[in-house]
Amino acid sequence: MIELKELTKVYGKGSKAAIALSGLNLSIKKGEIFGVIGHSGAGKSTLIRCINLLERPTAGEVWVDGVELTALGKGQLQEKRRKIGMIFQHFNLLSSATVYDNIAFPLRLAGTSKSRIDQKVKELLVLVGLENHANKYPAQLSGGQKQRVGVARALASDPDVLLCDEATSALDPQTTDSILRLLLDINRKFHLTIVLITHEMHVIQSICDRVAVIHGGGIVEQGEVTEVFLKPKHEVTKDFIRSETQQEGPLRAALEAGGRGDTKAVKITFLGQKTYESTLSEVVRGTGVNFAILQGTISTIKDVPYGQLIVRFEGEPGAINDTITELAAQGLDVEVIS
Amino acid sequence: MGGLNFNDINWQEMGEASGATLKMLAYSGIFTIILGLPLGIVLYLWGRSNNSIIRVVYSVLSLAVNILRSVPFLILMVALIPLSKTIMGTSIGVLGTIPALVIGAAPFFARLVETSLREVDRGVIEAAQGMGASTGQIVMRVLLPEARPGLLAGVTITLVTLVSYTAMSGMIGGGGLGDLAIRYGYYRYEKEVMIISVVLMVILVQLLQMAGDRLVQYFTRK
Repeated sequence: MIELKELTKVYGKGSKAAIALSGLNLSIKKGEIFGVIGHSGAGKSTLIRCINLLERPTAGEVWVDGVELTALGKGQLQEKRRKIGMIFQHFNLLSSATVYDNIAFPLRLAGTSKSRIDQKVKELLVLVGLENHANKYPAQLSGGQKQRVGVARALASDPDVLLCDEATSALDPQTTDSILRLLLDINRKFHLTIVLITHEMHVIQSICDRVAVIHGGGIVEQGEVTEVFLKPKHEVTKDFIRSETQQEGPLRAALEAGGRGDTKAVKITFLGQKTYESTLSEVVRGTGVNFAILQGTISTIKDVPYGQLIVRFEGEPGAINDTITELAAQGLDVEVIS
Repeated sequence: MGGLNFNDINWQEMGEASGATLKMLAYSGIFTIILGLPLGIVLYLWGRSNNSIIRVVYSVLSLAVNILRSVPFLILMVALIPLSKTIMGTSIGVLGTIPALVIGAAPFFARLVETSLREVDRGVIEAAQGMGASTGQIVMRVLLPEARPGLLAGVTITLVTLVSYTAMSGMIGGGGLGDLAIRYGYYRYEKEVMIISVVLMVILVQLLQMAGDRLVQYFTRK
């Protein structure tokens, strides 16, 4: 659906030149929710703005639905942009227009008939739950409501792709979740491809199917969210995930406290239905080792349940090794920490 | 300094002069907006362009605007007498002063327009671009509505400036209250006429400002 090839963006010239993206490649499938995560300054904002050419890349190609955007003329690009919706961190609504008129805006640009506009706007107001706020001005709305207007406006021209530029970064946690749920609903209802950028792992974990980690103007790691989240490889990815699942300090304290006799600390990762099964207790009953839980998380990635436990086994060295082997045989991922 | 005597004032002449001032204000105001608004929009658009040729054109236009704005209105007025004669057929009276008033005020108004357009949130413009809006659509549907309060404030300031310009035009034979004040008050030492003329102009400015403020308030949505 979206292909970015050798995308490069350099701001400024000569000695003042700053490279935002350097030869980045990315491929996003139709109907998926694709997340790009990175620290500020990593180039993620430039990346998403290159997809609808709000930012024109210095080099490289941008393919959306089989069309290379950088090769298009002005008029063709305007036409194509109608099929790419976008929502923003600061909403970017027309402050001089009502909620109704904001949602109608892209339709009026396209010269849609009045009756069609009215029908479409009313549908969208219901979809985003703002049917009672049609005649209000943005200044009279809360942040979450403003973003709902933003979503409705972005959907008005029936786009194939929705770009979300830090769409929840200005919202409080509850509102963030409600907007994320809305995005997930839309994705499922209309099979709309969604590309979002964020600096919050929580956002990726909640709704994304696949994720790319951007650092220094390039993609350092990408894949299924479950894969990247549970088995991060790059340091930057680990950083993002650690802040979400593990706390370094308390874990170190727990490890230093030690245990009785021979011990081994391991990280056990559960994924899918296994998360809710009693595998661990069944295995230790068989091998006769004891365990202490040092740290743990049980949650979901999108709809997939997962668990991550750091436990310390205590017992015969042989029995501990048997336990680890058996857990792995049961389909759990076991990593020895110390 | 003798006492003031308001009994000898020719009220009919005063009324006609007020009418003439309003007429000058109305015509010059309309033409200033017709000329200054597009000029301001063009200044705004060209001032942000990445195209180097357009940047040069912008610099030239900007310089021209600055020159017109820095020439004292009195001098501009005198310098434009031949032009007024060509356009209006006369350089005196209500009609003869309009070209000078418009050329004096339009660059000023254009700058006010440019400044108000710059106040429009860049993000909103980008959002419109992202939705496939053309430059014309961005001007008509984003910039002008979003900048409406600022533009109305600019119109108010310009009209008030025009009131004082119309008064100055009395010097070169323009009509209206300014002319009356200069002819009677300055040349013939009839202070009473001058005082009344000035008071009427103060009232006019006050009314304009109040109306402008009301409109700005009505259209402010932030």
